[in-house]
Amino acid sequence: MNGLNKLFTEDLRCVNLGLEIFCDAAVEQGTPCVQVEWKPPAGGDPRLLMVLEWLEV
Amino acid sequence: MKQIVKEANDRAVAKLKNAMPFWVDVKSAHEALGIDRYTVLHAGPPITWEKMCGPMRGAVIAALKYEGLAADNDAAVALAGSGKIRFEPCHHHGAVGPMTGVTTWSMPLICVENRENGNFAYSTFNEGAGNVIRFGAYDDGTVRRLHWIEDTLGPVMKKFVQESGGVNLKAVIAQSLNMGDELHMRNAASTNLFIKTILPGLAASCEDLSVLRDVIRFITTNNDQFFLNYAMAANKSAADAAHGIPYSTIVTAMARNGVEIGIRVSSLGDRWFTAPAAAVKGLYFSGYSEADANRDIGDSAIMETGGVGGMTIAAAPAIVRFLGAGTYKDALSFTADMYEITHGESEQYTIPNLDFRGSPIGIDIARVVSTGITPVINTAIVSKEPGVGMIGAGISRAPIELFTQALLCYGKEVAGLDLSVQ
Repeated sequence: MNGLNKLFTEDLRCVNLGLEIFCDAAVEQGTPCVQVEWKPPAGGDPRLLMVLEWLEV
Repeated sequence: MKQIVKEANDRAVAKLKNAMPFWVDVKSAHEALGIDRYTVLHAGPPITWEKMCGPMRGAVIAALKYEGLAADNDAAVALAGSGKIRFEPCHHHGAVGPMTGVTTWSMPLICVENRENGNFAYSTFNEGAGNVIRFGAYDDGTVRRLHWIEDTLGPVMKKFVQESGGVNLKAVIAQSLNMGDELHMRNAASTNLFIKTILPGLAASCEDLSVLRDVIRFITTNNDQFFLNYAMAANKSAADAAHGIPYSTIVTAMARNGVEIGIRVSSLGDRWFTAPAAAVKGLYFSGYSEADANRDIGDSAIMETGGVGGMTIAAAPAIVRFLGAGTYKDALSFTADMYEITHGESEQYTIPNLDFRGSPIGIDIARVVSTGITPVINTAIVSKEPGVGMIGAGISRAPIELFTQALLCYGKEVAGLDLSVQ
């Protein structure tokens, strides 16, 4: 909990995965934010995920 | 990655990397490939006459007239649709062809021997600019050029290369990558290097000065892509050596017929996984637009399959604007993405602008599906009207469906998984 409290007393630097508006909002408020282009592996298709799991990718 | 698959992919990529392609001969298509007079080879995965795009139909018409099988355009169209002509992919015969890739009985082929593996691959000679069958032209001038290539260029090149003992194509590719080429859409350095390499021997072996003058004029004038066909055959010889390795998920062919694009995978036999060919995003010559463009076409994606072309666009700053690919930073980003979907890095093909990092080589269907990043293909844009020719250049992305189909097939047939329950 102390670590978490400390987090909110320091300048934040953010990494955002997902909706870009969250990153935009942070930047607008003066908080550096990097948008990461992340997609679910295999588009989330369970059959493809099964093959990737077998391949240990 | 599962150890048995990693080892298989290591072997496949080693075959791609360690290939030693040498240009060793020139032979007619029927002599080199064993095809008959009524077989027409084309670029890309299998396609029927009825489904062919305009440029490829034009190329077929030209080829049938060239072979003396049809007296005029109407007769060629009738023959092509009669069922008497057998249409097959170049890839099925150890050959590759740029754009329409149409290859027939009499055409002289560049014969490339992969001395590391002992296999051969073939391609026609690049016809140069203007009305050419690779862009679907079929007028009398187009046919006359094919005859000149058969009667004059072919024999001169054959005599030279046989007397030379073979020309090391890998050396040309490696050096030109360090001179600003990416070997698919930019072959300025490679064509010049190649001509410099062969010129002394060519001059010595061709005793007829007027013929020599014509040949030199042909290969040095409006023919900047002359080396492309050699490079394609070189990469085909490497890719074929990498094919047929059990458990391997490496792509060993990627090719477009103007309607569909297809890939083949090392461990999945000779089947093609296909999807509609992409519309090419790029820069159009004045007076043309996307509305005039045919979809992606050609066997030249063998360049990307072999670790150059779009894979190494970062090596070719000069091509970026020509392709409408954004800025040079975008090109760096494209190549950076390609490292995410390939299994290895070449030791021989290096990118100076990345501190001589090896090119990304060995497209892995598993990595493509896992990341969602698809291969970048640098390519010419041809008009959908046969005979109009090249109307621009750009970048296409191989559709993700190719790789998801291939991976599902792999899951069922190689991994033995029951995917029906999902």
